[in-house]
Amino acid sequence: MPKRVGIEVSLAASEAACAADTDVVAAYPITPQTHIVEHLSELVADGKLDAEFVPVESEHSAMSVCVGSSAAGARTFTATSSQGLALMHEILFIAPALRTPIVMVVANRALSGPISIWNDHSDIMAERDVGWIQTFAENGQEVFDLIIHAFRVAEDPEVLLPIMVNLDGFTLSHVIEPIEMLSASEVKRYLKPYKPQMVLDPKKPVTMGPVGMPEVYTEAKRQIEALLQGSKKVVVKAWKEFAKHYGRTYKPIETYRMKGAEVVLLTMGSVSETAMTAVDRMWDKGMRVGLLRFRLWRPFPLQEFRRAMRGVKVLAVMDRAISYGGLGGPVFTEVRSALYGTFEQPQVFGFVAGLGGRDITVDMFEEMVKKAIRYAKRGKGPTYEMIGVRER
Amino acid sequence: MIEIRVHGRGGQGAVTSTELIAIAAINEGKYAQAFPSFGPERRGAPVMSFARISDAPIRTREKVYKPDIVMVLDPTILSIVDVTAGLKKDGMVILNTAKEEGEVRKAFGIKAKMALVDATGIAVKHLGRPITNTTMLGALIKASGVVNIKSMKAPLQDRFGRIAEKNFNAMNVAYKQTA
Repeated sequence: MPKRVGIEVSLAASEAACAADTDVVAAYPITPQTHIVEHLSELVADGKLDAEFVPVESEHSAMSVCVGSSAAGARTFTATSSQGLALMHEILFIAPALRTPIVMVVANRALSGPISIWNDHSDIMAERDVGWIQTFAENGQEVFDLIIHAFRVAEDPEVLLPIMVNLDGFTLSHVIEPIEMLSASEVKRYLKPYKPQMVLDPKKPVTMGPVGMPEVYTEAKRQIEALLQGSKKVVVKAWKEFAKHYGRTYKPIETYRMKGAEVVLLTMGSVSETAMTAVDRMWDKGMRVGLLRFRLWRPFPLQEFRRAMRGVKVLAVMDRAISYGGLGGPVFTEVRSALYGTFEQPQVFGFVAGLGGRDITVDMFEEMVKKAIRYAKRGKGPTYEMIGVRER
Repeated sequence: MIEIRVHGRGGQGAVTSTELIAIAAINEGKYAQAFPSFGPERRGAPVMSFARISDAPIRTREKVYKPDIVMVLDPTILSIVDVTAGLKKDGMVILNTAKEEGEVRKAFGIKAKMALVDATGIAVKHLGRPITNTTMLGALIKASGVVNIKSMKAPLQDRFGRIAEKNFNAMNVAYKQTA
């Protein structure tokens, strides 16, 4: 029986990597990911996890070691945040190209400047296009489960791509809450040992990562794109299998009280729980508001999203990152693009909120919804605006 | 749902106190959250930490703005922080002080319900150090009944190992002495 315990979400993330019997951990500590890496080094030092822990001197090296160890056939895990993720940037593109199924937890945090150690989604949104599968957790239970799920999907021979599991720094990573922890033996039933298709081995040499001449580069890029798009069915299947084993059901998109909703709020990550409370409160006041949340962000679940949006007239999208000089937050622009040309194209309004640790409250969600309704009635509004900005 | 805010100074264990009470509640089969006021650790500076305890799943990640219970680990906080800010109408302040209730009310203008205990005195006697976080939990449990005091034993053991018993004793003394 899985054990229900009160545990800090960061530690649960490490325990998940441990239960998955990770072979190599290469990581550099950075707030607010620190507790994940600390606990993993403890687990290795205490002999609870039989893994090579590589204490590198930077995140650039961390990701380089991960690519190398994964190419050598080792189940590989790492975690980072913010500036650390940014420092990995150039290596992030290489991991999918080399078909290295690395699992990385990103404790989402703002990017400098000004320096901020607090939560938003600036870090991950700057890495949207690196070719990794990306999922977002709402609570501690999901963090644990998505990490186990990530290994299964990443190592599937039809996928062999790296995955980032996103969790909100501090607002989720540093919270103690009840989590059902699966033991290593329980995880083993779902997650089989990694069988690499090809390994770096001096006895049987292969070349990984050669130059892509103009004659092959386009084809290589198209392959990665096809793999990433095609991974969705494996992602979904692995969630179905997860439900069979452990009873918890996950889907690419989660909806809440959408039936009869006039307006829909769109969120990602742990604030979706606060948004649910806001939605309940608004229904109590006679406002018909639904909630839609992306659990899977890459590959973008286009059909599921369009299906969920059928009949919706107004959509209020909340972004936790700003796209300087652009048309709105990254989620907003993408979501609006996804709805372009659909039969009942809803009116879409973007809101940027909760930057650099600014608390996102039930009141803020109500403000976004009210504004979206007002703009929709008027037939126009700002394409996007920032919420909770102090003017004085 | 009961929302708790703890005031202390960095290094006094405010964060640990909310963690321990949340774990005890979860072990009782309840739902709970505990989290610090996020940021760099600053020894000696006023800090806060938060907990929520509920019979139903907790679906919010806001900070605690309207606590039911405020627990103050360090009496010197009272002169620099308004510990009653946002306190619910029938909320309660649980205070570490050696002073009489009337004296405290007069000095800091606190009108809310109060529970007082000389946690520093108890901690010095039983732990040999003026660290009051575990001691104050005894007062919190006596005044609020959010968990059974026996449920604190396991989380204290996990957290403190060989000094767990001392902490449990200090907590029990505070539980008995809280008025």
